[in-house]
Amino acid sequence: MYKTWWKIIASVLVIYSTVWGFLSSTPQLPILHESIRNLYFHVPMWFGMIVLFSISVFYSVKYLGSGKAEDDIRAVESVNVGIVYGMLGIVTGAIWARFTWGQAWSFDVKQNFAAIALLLYFAYLILRNAIDEEQKRAKISAIYNIFAFPIMVVLLFVLPRLSDSLHPGNGGNPGFNAYDLDSRMRMVFYPACLGWILIGYWIYTLKYRIRTLEKKQISA
Amino acid sequence: MKKISATLLMLLSCLGLYAQGNITADSLYASGKIYVVVVCVVLILLGLIFFLFSMDRRLKKLERNA
Repeated sequence: MYKTWWKIIASVLVIYSTVWGFLSSTPQLPILHESIRNLYFHVPMWFGMIVLFSISVFYSVKYLGSGKAEDDIRAVESVNVGIVYGMLGIVTGAIWARFTWGQAWSFDVKQNFAAIALLLYFAYLILRNAIDEEQKRAKISAIYNIFAFPIMVVLLFVLPRLSDSLHPGNGGNPGFNAYDLDSRMRMVFYPACLGWILIGYWIYTLKYRIRTLEKKQISA
Repeated sequence: MKKISATLLMLLSCLGLYAQGNITADSLYASGKIYVVVVCVVLILLGLIFFLFSMDRRLKKLERNA
């Protein structure tokens, strides 16, 4: 958390993937054309969000065992950063959809369920703000978080596959892997995912450290 | 901090290589001036990353005092 080396790796990966995201060659695809490059920017947002929410649920479980306030702070700060990632993912998705699927919001199943998943986590933050007593807030929101996480996973990865979706990899549509995520694109896509996940984790550690300092200041 | 800024500077100087190199034989990119966009986007990213690093540094200072 305090080391510098992985932050440099994160920076290098993100800059590398951005440069090559613009400059690398891409397969010739109907409809998508050059916009397939959005894969390097839109999808890592979602992967980052899922990793941050996983961190959050890990600390929520830990909190229920330990009862330590720092675990609760970790859980809420990773949700905060994850929600920012998710909103960026949904907005970039809408922009991409506007010019490929024809409408910003075409009520595609995965779009709808992604929005509901975000609402689930908004509810988590609202629930927290509604409870004044610190330990009660931490405990109730930890339990809520543990329920919200599997529902989010089901909404994003299970239900869209059961019906027709415009997203690749859902409802009988083959995923990108099947035809167009060729090895050139993988060389950019995987570093992009890792880089953006690490950046998200970094922002979460910064937020966590700020909150810890604030708490110390209040109690001092 | 010196290490970090040196790393960033080196990264920046690498960019020139990309712009001059023949990574895309496709003349479309040269005439389409896509490199201009890439340089701008990279500059924005570098700025944001620098901001993160400076925030990290200030936090470290505060944590040492606390």
